Amino acid sequence: MTTQHIQLTEHGRLKHFLSIEGLSKELLTEILDTSESYADMSGKQIKKVPLLRGKTIINLFFENSTRTRTTFELAAARLSADVITMNIATSSTAKGESLLDTIRNLEAMHVDMFIVRHALSGAAYFIAEHAAPHISVINAGDGQHAHPTQAMLDMFTIRQYKKRFEGLKVAIVGDILHSRVARSQIQALNTLGVEEVRVIAPKTLLPNQVRQMGVIDFHDMEEGLSGVDVIIMLRLQKERMNSAFLPSESEYFRCFGLTEAKLKHAKPDVMVMHPGPINRGVEIASTVADGPHSVILQQVSNGVAVRMAIMSMIISSSGGGA
Amino acid sequence: MKKILIKNGHIIDPLNQRDETGDLCIAGGTILSIADTAGFHPDLVIDAAEQIVCPGFIDLSVCLREPGHTQKGTIASETRAAAAAGVTSLCLPPDTRPCIDTPAVVELIKDRADKAGYPRIHPIGALTQRLAGTELSGMFALKQSGCIAVSNANQPLANLLILRRAMEYASSHNLLLIYRANEFSLSAGGCAHEGAFASRYGLPGIPEAAESIALAQCLELAELTGCRVHINQISCKHSVIKIQQAKKYGANVSADVAIHQLHLTEEDMTPFDSAYHVLPPFRGEIDRKYLRDALANGTVDAISSAHQPHDLDAKLGAFPDTEPGVAALETLLPLLLNLTRQQVLTLPQAIASLTQKPAKILGLPVGHLSPGAPADVCVFDPQASWTVDNENWLSAGKNTPYWGQTLTGRVTHTLQNGSLIFRLAAAENS
Repeated sequence: MTTQHIQLTEHGRLKHFLSIEGLSKELLTEILDTSESYADMSGKQIKKVPLLRGKTIINLFFENSTRTRTTFELAAARLSADVITMNIATSSTAKGESLLDTIRNLEAMHVDMFIVRHALSGAAYFIAEHAAPHISVINAGDGQHAHPTQAMLDMFTIRQYKKRFEGLKVAIVGDILHSRVARSQIQALNTLGVEEVRVIAPKTLLPNQVRQMGVIDFHDMEEGLSGVDVIIMLRLQKERMNSAFLPSESEYFRCFGLTEAKLKHAKPDVMVMHPGPINRGVEIASTVADGPHSVILQQVSNGVAVRMAIMSMIISSSGGGA
Repeated sequence: MKKILIKNGHIIDPLNQRDETGDLCIAGGTILSIADTAGFHPDLVIDAAEQIVCPGFIDLSVCLREPGHTQKGTIASETRAAAAAGVTSLCLPPDTRPCIDTPAVVELIKDRADKAGYPRIHPIGALTQRLAGTELSGMFALKQSGCIAVSNANQPLANLLILRRAMEYASSHNLLLIYRANEFSLSAGGCAHEGAFASRYGLPGIPEAAESIALAQCLELAELTGCRVHINQISCKHSVIKIQQAKKYGANVSADVAIHQLHLTEEDMTPFDSAYHVLPPFRGEIDRKYLRDALANGTVDAISSAHQPHDLDAKLGAFPDTEPGVAALETLLPLLLNLTRQQVLTLPQAIASLTQKPAKILGLPVGHLSPGAPADVCVFDPQASWTVDNENWLSAGKNTPYWGQTLTGRVTHTLQNGSLIFRLAAAENS
């Protein structure tokens, strides 16, 4: 019951990056270590390395995104790859071209890597399974399934501030049910060995049998935040109000919005994270988002380094490093 | 018509409680008296030593995909698969295109069935016009033209009042209602059982309650209207409990379960493998246990294949985007025998769930080997193993989780109305 076999080479190296599931602590740690060397580089005058020179990467976005797409583009460019972004949401699939036809056509252009975002769970996995053998796939978010690069940049940020995972208590707050980010974060945090992962949300926004995912569930913010080292807030989609998941934004903010008052229940050195884009006054108060505990912008900066690390590890494990 | 002798087989005929080695004589399309072997001069002898001889299987739900979806299968291709599966009577759900809501479509199907040399296709008429769930179909005309029952297949009814009226009207014409329990407001958008697997892989879930709530409503209305109801393809513990209660209070209701639901659970699913995309979805271990027990104690009456062949494209895509359904005819017997090997059912019980029981539900004169009965017979080798691959597969749909696996139990001969409609190539010499 894992996606592990397809994303690793026979030597256990990264072939694709589709999900955190099935990846070892050692491999995740290696991603974080590699990211660190790229993070150091971002501060330098010349930000480019020739590692992926001559490689062609296609950003295949079947769903809109600004931040993720941009950081992938930057990461590819800094590794000297040729990178093209295609917003398929508005192109050929609208004309009835199937997912597989799109992939076949792009393959014919001698592509080395696809970075895929899609609205359906399992889409990146499907593409990895059906693409030509020399092509690698990075999942940039598929439906409600996984967003593993986001999870890794969050892990990187946590390690940057906390220097360790052992003994940490982490709370993820908000729409866990629909969140691919949360699913990947939960798997990464547990693999890296934090003490406790908590999810805090009303039952309408929690998946069935959530404890089997390796978390403890809370429906009360103050209780759930008590003594935690890290708080990860999730974005609340406005359409949740229309389909009876929640009564109103204001009631949600009252119960589950992160305010300075609620923050006091966490440890004094708690760090506050958010994968963005944030809804001020819905899931998080501006004073917290911009306050001393917030590392939200640092997460964005780290996004480039972590994505560079993952791309370079994939290309080097396929034996194609320049 | 040929005179056929099936000799030395292990005859299992649940209705007549026969379970013994013996010979079966067939002439004029019917079963002859058992004692008649002396003086019987057959045109064809089938040596059934080491094999089981039983009534041909009656399948409550087989999608043939014709008319309308012939890229997935045709009456010719799927009846060949049915014959190879030992199935001699099958019910065709009404969701063809056009759907079975006029006698003309019934005529077309009957005509194609005759041409395919497989006359025992029993079309199920649409309960509502175009299956749209709002206006009643011409059920009397459908019955006159040969529909065995009425159903709305997987399509929703506008509201409970339509279901009530449809039940009242169907029962006025003594028509059986075949009902698939699904509360659409609870299952909409779902593609997997709402459980640990769906949570983990971020797949939109379908809770058991979507089925058991619709089932409870249907049972209440059956009580109110006196309509005879058969519940098709139940999948969960709570449905079993509801049917058990209804039967305890004397309700005129029967139920079946799809063969794969008795074997696979969400735990068995390979992530994002569309071969496992099926409705109702593969449930939990506890549900499977309840379904198996229910079959053993008679709460659930019958097993169906719920055969739904698909073309390759229908199963090629991101999991939620693929079409649900399993091509299940040809794995029916080996999976049935697995239930006996796992001691869920005795062999006569297993065979009854595909013969005597569905015949009773449908009011058909087949499903047993009594003298004078139509000679619908299945002969199978319970020990023969075979691999689910291109060489052995007849259905146009290759969408099965068992593809590539080696299964045990294989039909060698199928007789329909005294004619041999299938003989396994390896059994040519017999």
